Amino acid sequence: MASVNLLIGVSLTYVTFLFAIAFFAERATARGQVTWLRSPLVYTLSLSIYCTAWTFYGAVGYAARSGMEFVTIYLGPSLVMIGWWWALRKLVRVGRAQRATSVADLISSRFGKSNLLAIVVTIMAVIGVTPYIALQLQSVTLSLAIFAEPEAGALNQTGAAFWVAFGLALFTVLFGTRNLNVNERHNGVVIAIAVEAVVKLIALLAVGVFVVWGVAGGVAPMMERIDASPIGTWEMDRSRWLALTALSAAAFLALPRMFQVMVVENEDERHLQIASWAFPLYLMLMSLFVVPIAVIGLDLMPAGSNPDLFVLTIPLAQGQVGLATLSFLGGFSSATSMVIVATLALSTMVSNHIVMPVWLSSRVEGAQVSGDVRNVVILSRRASILLIIGLGYVYYRFSGGGAALAAIGLISFVGVAQFLPAMLGGIIWRGATRWGALAGLLMGFTIWVFCSLLPSFGPGVVLSSSVFEQGLFGLGWVRPHALFGIEGIDPTVHAVAWSITLNIAAFIIVSLVTFPSPLERLQGAQFVNVFDHSGRAQGWDAARATSEDLMVMTQRILGAEEAQTLFRLEASRQGLDGGLPEPTQGFVQHLERELAASVGAATAHAMISQLVGGASVSVQDLMAVADESAQILEYSNQLEAKSHELSRTAHQLREANQKLTALSVQKDAFLSQISHELRTPMTSIRSFSEILRDTEGMGQVEKTRYASIIHGEAMRLTRLLDDLLDLSVLENGQVSLRHETGGLGDLLEKSIRTAQAGSTEPLTIRRRHVDEAVMLSTDHDRLGQVFINLITNARKYCDAETPELVISVSRDGPNLSVSFADNGTPIPDDDRRVIFEKFARVGNQDGSGAGLGLAICREIMTRLGGDVTHVREAHGNTFVVHLPSQSALAAQ
Amino acid sequence: MGKHVLLVEDEVNIIEAISFLLSREGWQVDTHSDGATAMETIRAARPDLVVLDHMLPGKSGLDILTELRADPEFQSIPVLMLTARGQARDREQAEKAGVSRFMTKPFSNIEVVTAVRDLVQLAQ
Repeated sequence: MASVNLLIGVSLTYVTFLFAIAFFAERATARGQVTWLRSPLVYTLSLSIYCTAWTFYGAVGYAARSGMEFVTIYLGPSLVMIGWWWALRKLVRVGRAQRATSVADLISSRFGKSNLLAIVVTIMAVIGVTPYIALQLQSVTLSLAIFAEPEAGALNQTGAAFWVAFGLALFTVLFGTRNLNVNERHNGVVIAIAVEAVVKLIALLAVGVFVVWGVAGGVAPMMERIDASPIGTWEMDRSRWLALTALSAAAFLALPRMFQVMVVENEDERHLQIASWAFPLYLMLMSLFVVPIAVIGLDLMPAGSNPDLFVLTIPLAQGQVGLATLSFLGGFSSATSMVIVATLALSTMVSNHIVMPVWLSSRVEGAQVSGDVRNVVILSRRASILLIIGLGYVYYRFSGGGAALAAIGLISFVGVAQFLPAMLGGIIWRGATRWGALAGLLMGFTIWVFCSLLPSFGPGVVLSSSVFEQGLFGLGWVRPHALFGIEGIDPTVHAVAWSITLNIAAFIIVSLVTFPSPLERLQGAQFVNVFDHSGRAQGWDAARATSEDLMVMTQRILGAEEAQTLFRLEASRQGLDGGLPEPTQGFVQHLERELAASVGAATAHAMISQLVGGASVSVQDLMAVADESAQILEYSNQLEAKSHELSRTAHQLREANQKLTALSVQKDAFLSQISHELRTPMTSIRSFSEILRDTEGMGQVEKTRYASIIHGEAMRLTRLLDDLLDLSVLENGQVSLRHETGGLGDLLEKSIRTAQAGSTEPLTIRRRHVDEAVMLSTDHDRLGQVFINLITNARKYCDAETPELVISVSRDGPNLSVSFADNGTPIPDDDRRVIFEKFARVGNQDGSGAGLGLAICREIMTRLGGDVTHVREAHGNTFVVHLPSQSALAAQ
Repeated sequence: MGKHVLLVEDEVNIIEAISFLLSREGWQVDTHSDGATAMETIRAARPDLVVLDHMLPGKSGLDILTELRADPEFQSIPVLMLTARGQARDREQAEKAGVSRFMTKPFSNIEVVTAVRDLVQLAQ
């Protein structure tokens, strides 16, 4: 007996093998060796994902329960394939021309690139396919359980189903989104599916051959047993046959996974031609031994054993473990290939139509980095895969996992068949509108949910049994299995008939009463007349796009390498050198389809619209444009800030320049002044020394007089130089102050003496000695210099008839000030402003000073931490020396 | 007979030096030390030549020169200008204003005397 562990080991090995095949197939594709990988045979085999575990296991069960009716499941697709030139060819042509990535994308694209429609179809598809995925989980779990049965029922089915779901999800993520180039076709996956198609066919044929020749003992005995069994005498229910054939045909066209392999992965339209007979042949082979296996199963197996598992149980019962294992692998292949492709297709829809639009519109910064969009695409697809398989698992748990495989499969079929009116209507009827499509889809979907999906959980799970008997809200005409009071119809036929009929009715009626938008009209014409227009998307005003812009955007989505290759190929096709082609209308359309393959038609359209400014702007476009505008706004804000900064800098520069200019003017003025102050005494010295030298017989009195003029001017020069050096030292702050303590009175006394020394016209000075009894801690020499200067100035410039100077000391708290008030003509206001500047000599002066005295006073007082100011009196000038507050120590 | 020179200068020692030099040469020298009132003195004295200091209290030598040249009566009167500032721009401005001779302090005595003599001769 094969243990479950062995089986799991075999499964894992098989999966690894598939993975390797997919891997090498993609490597080969990358090297350009695609011819044999993309043969019509591979295409045909890839279509076999139609045959899921439901077909593999369920067909036998179906036959055991309902006789020949199982044939309808094969009949529908076969009819579609045989009649391929009617609908299928058009569907493939349109899908390829529009670069549709999914059923949702195709429908959205047809009806004016409506994202709303895409979202609705996506949600419907996810819900519709969920039972189907649950079915695969169930079949794999059941088949595992069969092997485990002899081991005392060791298998926990719920747990096993979880791990099967988990494994399938992991497998799909690894398989389907391994490649970063999400927009490419899944070459590796297609090859792996083709291999799986062969495995499941061989497995089923092997079991069949074993049953006919190994168990029954040949064709003739087999036929006898068939005739003898109840299957041979089964009554054919015409309405069911008709409904089921139509249903399987519809599902074959509308199933997301079928669209994936049939349209998206289609390499060459001519492959259809071969598949049109090869695929029905494959289906025929798949169904060849269904009846014999069912008959033998019913004969051999104990009553009550699950006919869905005869394919496994017969070999096991006969001791054929190897055959049973092969059969298990066949079923496993059917399940895995279906789940992989279905979830890939669905995740593409979810990611392109729900996640990406939301992501694009929610991003303010926009997708600047090229890897950005692609990473989000891949991430959202992976998340979608987990979500979809998770939903399948949840459905499996809630539906109890007990229903017959075929019943679950049919529920899914009815669900996805709701897409067909919009799909087919869209490619044959130009008058169809998006509102019509939406109304039809929602109508069909609602009826499906109510009549097929919810009842599938059984009475009392979601819908209470009273709803089944009395109708929703007690309304008798809304009963899941007897809508509008029409009773007695088979539930499946009932669901198909009502949902499809009302779907089509709503589609047509609403289409007739609504008007298509211009873009819908355009797209409608493209779809309906696809064979006239060799597959063009709507016209772009290509002249308005630049290749650079298109390139940048394409890189954002496809990645740099892919985008460059695409552009280079087009450039060389146009016969241009370099990587940038002309943005011709054809190229822009081609580009939109390429982008659509990655992000869906609506989003690609919106993106191209941004660049090309094409014919229509949808809400999606506006959102994207708003995104861009926000970016531009932010950018312009930044620019504005920068320009503010610049003008600030310029302003500062201007100010600095003005300061420098002012400084330069000051420097010139200073040099002029210095020159004047030096040259004036030198003029006298030179002139009189020449007179003394050149004049003969000059009297002694004159000689002495001229010599003393020379001496006086030389002294003036010396003082000037001393003052200049002093001022320079003070201004540069190089002066070192010598603080000492002494009385203010003594300092004033000394200063007056020095100032009056050698003066022929001494100044009358009045003081109040009492106030001067203050001890000072400061640089007495420097403060004395200030006093001397002020007293000397008064002596020199006071123009009163009897010049007088009043020196008074006043105290205001810690502030001590000494004022020197003379009785001369007050200095005019204009001059007051400049008296403390260098070389500022005002009024009539005898020219003996250079105008540096007050400047030096001010500098000294600043150094000492005090100040010197001029106060204009009504009759005289007062200079006030403010001493630093900490210099006054105490009254003596 | 010596000519009449008006010396407009505010430095007492320089007034004394130039007065001494020109008087010794036989010139009649009048002096004036305030810029603001110099024009009236010149108009009243009607000298043969004016020695004009550049920097004067009240009004600058340059302004006085400009005023003189604007007066038809004194358009061609020789003016010897003396400056202690020694900037090239001052010379340009003075020449533009119509100065007859521009000299920078300190000058040599012989230069001043020669210049005064030449200017008066040239004017005749």
